[in-house]
Amino acid sequence: MTPQPSAALSATAPPDLLYSEAEEDLRTAVRSLLTHRGAPTTVLAGAESGRPYDAELWRSLAAGIGTAGLLVPDKLGGQGATARETAVVLEELGRAVAPVPQLTSAVLAVTALLGCDTGDAEVAAPLAALAEGRRVGALAVPLTTPPGGRPAATVRAAAGRRPLLSGEITAVAGAAGADLLLVPADTGLYAVDTGAEGVRITPVTSLDLTRPLARVTLAEAPGSLLAGPGRARDAVDAALLTGAGLLASEQLGVAEWCLEETVRYTGERRQFGRPVGSFQALKHRLAALWLEVASARAVARNAADALATGSPDTAVAVAVAQSYCGEVAVRAAQECVQLHGGIGMTWEHPAHLYLKRAKSAELALGTPGRHRAALARLVDLPGPPD
Amino acid sequence: MSPTDPGPAASADREAVDAAGLRARTAALLAAHDPATTPRPDFLRARFDAGLAWVHFPEGLGGLGAPRALQAVVDAGLAAAGAPGNDPRRIGIGLGMAAPTLLQYGTEEQKRRFLRPLWTGEEVWCQLFSEPGAGSDLAALATRAVRDGDGWRVDGQKVWTSGAHLARWAILLARTDPTVPKHAGLTYFVCDMTDPGVEVRPLRQITGEAEFNEVFLTGVRIPDAHRLGAVGEGWKVARTTLMNERVAIGGSGAPGEAGEGGMLGLVTGTWRGRPELRTHDLHQRLLRLWVEAEAARLTGERLRQQLRRGRPGPEGSGLKLSFARLNQELSGLEVELLAEDGLAYGDWTMTRPEVVDFTGRDAGYRYLRAKGNSIEGGTSEVLLNIVAERVLGLPPEPRTDKDLPWKDLPR
Ligand SMILES: Cc1cc2nc3c(=O)[nH]c(=O)nc-3n(C[C@H](O)[C@H](O)[C@H](O)COP(=O)(O)OP(=O)(O)OC[C@H]3O[C@@H](n4cnc5c(N)ncnc54)[C@H](O)[C@@H]3O)c2cc1C
Repeated sequence: MTPQPSAALSATAPPDLLYSEAEEDLRTAVRSLLTHRGAPTTVLAGAESGRPYDAELWRSLAAGIGTAGLLVPDKLGGQGATARETAVVLEELGRAVAPVPQLTSAVLAVTALLGCDTGDAEVAAPLAALAEGRRVGALAVPLTTPPGGRPAATVRAAAGRRPLLSGEITAVAGAAGADLLLVPADTGLYAVDTGAEGVRITPVTSLDLTRPLARVTLAEAPGSLLAGPGRARDAVDAALLTGAGLLASEQLGVAEWCLEETVRYTGERRQFGRPVGSFQALKHRLAALWLEVASARAVARNAADALATGSPDTAVAVAVAQSYCGEVAVRAAQECVQLHGGIGMTWEHPAHLYLKRAKSAELALGTPGRHRAALARLVDLPGPPD
Repeated sequence: MSPTDPGPAASADREAVDAAGLRARTAALLAAHDPATTPRPDFLRARFDAGLAWVHFPEGLGGLGAPRALQAVVDAGLAAAGAPGNDPRRIGIGLGMAAPTLLQYGTEEQKRRFLRPLWTGEEVWCQLFSEPGAGSDLAALATRAVRDGDGWRVDGQKVWTSGAHLARWAILLARTDPTVPKHAGLTYFVCDMTDPGVEVRPLRQITGEAEFNEVFLTGVRIPDAHRLGAVGEGWKVARTTLMNERVAIGGSGAPGEAGEGGMLGLVTGTWRGRPELRTHDLHQRLLRLWVEAEAARLTGERLRQQLRRGRPGPEGSGLKLSFARLNQELSGLEVELLAEDGLAYGDWTMTRPEVVDFTGRDAGYRYLRAKGNSIEGGTSEVLLNIVAERVLGLPPEPRTDKDLPWKDLPR
């Protein structure tokens, strides 16, 4: 009776929504590092110091545990793992609002490079450097760009022996502190050294203190061509899709911390002679939030598994994960602030770091509304004829 | 293991209940009892005796002690051969609630007597739990069971009893000791619905029909052999029933089952088939619900995977909450989408339905019937309490009713 829409219903093997033992081991390693080195007070102090990210923590993660190269095959200098493992790392980083470039360098920049010809030394060399954590990269697109979205081609490349790039890109996450920019321009994707002449990176005072944005200005900056226009578009699309799908796991981690911390606090804080968490008005809100977080986990795992296995349902899984997890993380952070009362409103308490991350991440790589619009096309639920 | 894989020699026994073994047993059943010529009850009994009714049940009780997930192998083989089924919509309470409770707490004799006709549908079951004075606070119930020779005599009133008019047997919770706190004084019985002391009266519902009833119990005789679990342990036994009830309701075709099954499939079908009905507002809401239904489907799938690994997660208590909310919102959206057609209602005639089908009949019926999804089997408010206290470990509300003898509770 119901017409079968394309991707969502294809009868492939059901996704593995659990965590493998190896994935749990990776989680344990990352969590223990973060509890030792990434306490919220450290995170806040780092953010206030104006450092774009915590370089020392990133070294331990990237090179020590190997999180920078998870998505990169062994023979290209990486760990040969998949989006599933990366998702677990991002969950933990979300739980700690850790200021490290996992998403911007190890997911967005790395996936964009993997979409280019990795047999070419111009591609393989920077890829290995990012995978080994020797350098940090950033994909130079506004963080709000959704998968499939065409960032206005603001950068032009003047042909020559060495192409020279000119233009400006706003709201780039991870640009400050990066060594290498991957710049989509009119004639392809280019690698640009941030130390080169003609490159200016201006930090923007950002809503999210733990993932600051910057404006990238290029004035005849030397670049090297990574891929021509067609392939570049596919590479950037793949990066945005992977980034959006894995961001859901980071959002899950943010939501999880907010829920746990709020349950802990309301169970201890006493008013009217009893813990405030014994009042049903709060219990029901937290139980409802728990259900959303449990569902966010299933949805985020589904997206990570689809990306890892190259499932034909990947686009649907990512659109679902982004429309769902972005809102859950924001709700969790908002409840966290509200149910902490006055202390939740302070600079001192870490709740605001999570709220700022959650709200910014909701806009990142496509808002939930944009992802629902994408879904309308993907599962054949068109809007009213105009 | 693939069917051609010889496997280790030592596992010959276990192989009998893997997928290949089940396929062979299914084929043997079909060969011995041609579904085209075998009467339905005979076929179902033979299927039960072959251990293919519910493969995860023990041998001799309709199963083979096989992993639950392998039921799908049997079902697919039987469906392909056009074999008759036991119509779970008719016997949902027996299958979903009575059976798991009998399996866990029944004596050998009780299991042998009750499970076979329960599964084949020859004997329908109902649930005599709720009372006018005891709904969410089920443990406060007042129906009394007193010793009477070698059995019990039961007096009281039950209410909202689905399918009591069709039932041969009931699972019954009654008070055997009013002098102890309410949870401690309960005992669980199997009640014969044909006893002359049982009177069933229809209760008409908001849908127009009467799916549930009030049941008056006057001097009903129950032999002690029909007691399930120890005297005074009724609450413990009932919790098994209630947990299974939530899983049965929450899992009964989650709104997004198999992509777009259930309520979601009905709405998307209309959406695609009748473009003239679409509006921007409905579009936004539909997409939101599509995502939420998909999230609920994946949450259920994740729970099943955890169960298969033997690590049940607490998500189960949440599934019924999502199921109820989504069914209500989707069916409400469907009425709006249908515009003029949404204003019509199929039939208000007072009938006595034989089956319960949340996704059956017309949109108006579905909208109204879905209202029960957040009440039956534990209200959504009560389920949120359970999640908050048992899953999140939040402190309980101060209570005055737990330690007093039941007879001294304010009423
Ligand atoms: C369609 C349908 C079929 C049913 N079938 C059966 C059946 O076959 N057998 C059977 O035994 N029963 C059956 N029931 C009964 C069902 O289990 C009860 O209706 C349910 O448990 C609620 O009890 P109640 O109706 O007494 O409502 P009440 O418990 O009086 O609840 C009234 C309101 O108060 C809220 N409330 C109660 N306690 C709390 C609390 N602690 N915190 C917050 N809110 C609270 C409830 O959520 C509800 O909104 C059926 C019900 C329906 C609707």
